[in-house]
Amino acid sequence: MTNLFGKLGAAALYQFDQIGRMGVFLVLVVVNIFKPPYKLAPILKQIYIIGSKSLFVIVFTGAFTGMVLALQGYHTLSKVGVEGILGSFVSLGIIRELGPVLAALMVTGRAGSAICAEIGIMRISEQIDALECMAIDPHKFVIAPKFVAGIISMPLLTAIYDVVGIFCGYLVGVKMLGGNEGSFWSSMYSNVGMEDIQMGLLKPLCFGLLIIWISSAKGFYVHMTKGGGFGAEGVSNVTTSAVVLSSVSILVFNYLVTSFLL
Amino acid sequence: MSAVIELIDVRKSYGSQEVLKGVNLSIDEGKTTVIVGGSGQGKSQIIKHSLGLISPDSGQVKVFGQDINNISKKDLRKIRMEFGVLFQNSALFDSMTVYDNVALPLRERTKFPESKIKGIVEERLELMDVVGSNDKYPAQISGGMKKRVGLARALVLDPKIIFFDEPTTGLDVAKSNEIYRAFFRTQAQLKYTAVIVSHDVPKIFKLADYVALLYNGVMQSCITPEEFQLSDDPAVKEFVEKTMGSLYSSEVEEII
Repeated sequence: MTNLFGKLGAAALYQFDQIGRMGVFLVLVVVNIFKPPYKLAPILKQIYIIGSKSLFVIVFTGAFTGMVLALQGYHTLSKVGVEGILGSFVSLGIIRELGPVLAALMVTGRAGSAICAEIGIMRISEQIDALECMAIDPHKFVIAPKFVAGIISMPLLTAIYDVVGIFCGYLVGVKMLGGNEGSFWSSMYSNVGMEDIQMGLLKPLCFGLLIIWISSAKGFYVHMTKGGGFGAEGVSNVTTSAVVLSSVSILVFNYLVTSFLL
Repeated sequence: MSAVIELIDVRKSYGSQEVLKGVNLSIDEGKTTVIVGGSGQGKSQIIKHSLGLISPDSGQVKVFGQDINNISKKDLRKIRMEFGVLFQNSALFDSMTVYDNVALPLRERTKFPESKIKGIVEERLELMDVVGSNDKYPAQISGGMKKRVGLARALVLDPKIIFFDEPTTGLDVAKSNEIYRAFFRTQAQLKYTAVIVSHDVPKIFKLADYVALLYNGVMQSCITPEEFQLSDDPAVKEFVEKTMGSLYSSEVEEII
């Protein structure tokens, strides 16, 4: 029994230790973002890696989300004779919920995992130690540009996701299933307000920060991770846990932000 | 001769395993101190403590007279500006070219224009016999060349102290000799203090002013290579016999 309490205590301490470490990490990175010198080139490079390279997967998933939403929506709404509001159904669903969440999940899978693995490899191959020994702060040099790029890229990617999703919803709902074109667009114009757009852009800002924070912190502290924190297996383990934790956090934060803004 | 690094009763444990059990060591300015010892004795831990990458559980690590575990991050950064490190696996940034790796400390820590940086980088690479590989990535060059690029990067800001963590591990004899030649050349020219952790006994003794043996978590000695080879200290004697054979531990045969 004592042993069980001991193990529970040790596990709780380890979790608190991890949370504390990640909190300190976030503060250090945010401080370093505002600390001069400000270099644009590393941020642009990261926007290319996180943003531009995620474009294909965002367009692809946005298109199919819009299409399936229109397909389901048309059949459900036509049962009660209100298929005319299909435009607002698709656009509100995508702008307020599906766009931010699914775009963030896609970026987690594509860029979050890559960031975690990259930083994890830099840690185990002593590249992070080398930076510290050269009096170059890794929080500033390696992490800060990724944070800024994540915060810039996520809302832009989500906006693209929304546009593609709505347009593909229009193609399925109007061109394929024969819905009324005027009703589609007018229901969207009359029901989508500025507060929906604001929510649709605030969420990706939070998600961008979450994804890069969790992914980079997990990689940065790979050597302190309990149970096989070394070598390729250690990097593989933290990358998996970074993707899982980021995905779960996105869903939880999505609920929290929605309930706060509604 | 003043000590630039002092480890005073440094203790460090990982879980239940105590790696350093009260290490005392003094590194003199301008001299080359070689730390030897068996595998897993914690030699690299001494370098990491001196660099401030690891904090001791107890004891002090003083660099230029300052206890580096009780100073601000800013002061630690100032001290680290005087360091150069050649890591065991070179720790080159694998997404940067050879040129960018060596230029990085200059770009991040000085306000030199790119033209001046280019001059310094090319001079250091030439000193290391690395010519014509500026645009290659670390994965495209040999192990020996990686070490020389790592040394060029360590030297690029004219540091006062350079740490070498197993500089020749994984290299064949010819490549090891290349590294030693680069070391001789650069130390003669730049007069830095060197701390070398190595397994390459007895060859490494030729570079050393002092040899320190880490055994059972304690520093057994820090004496000249000649004294080391003839020492009566049981731990030193055992190490010399194991690594160099009994010939080197016998004063009589040494004289003959």
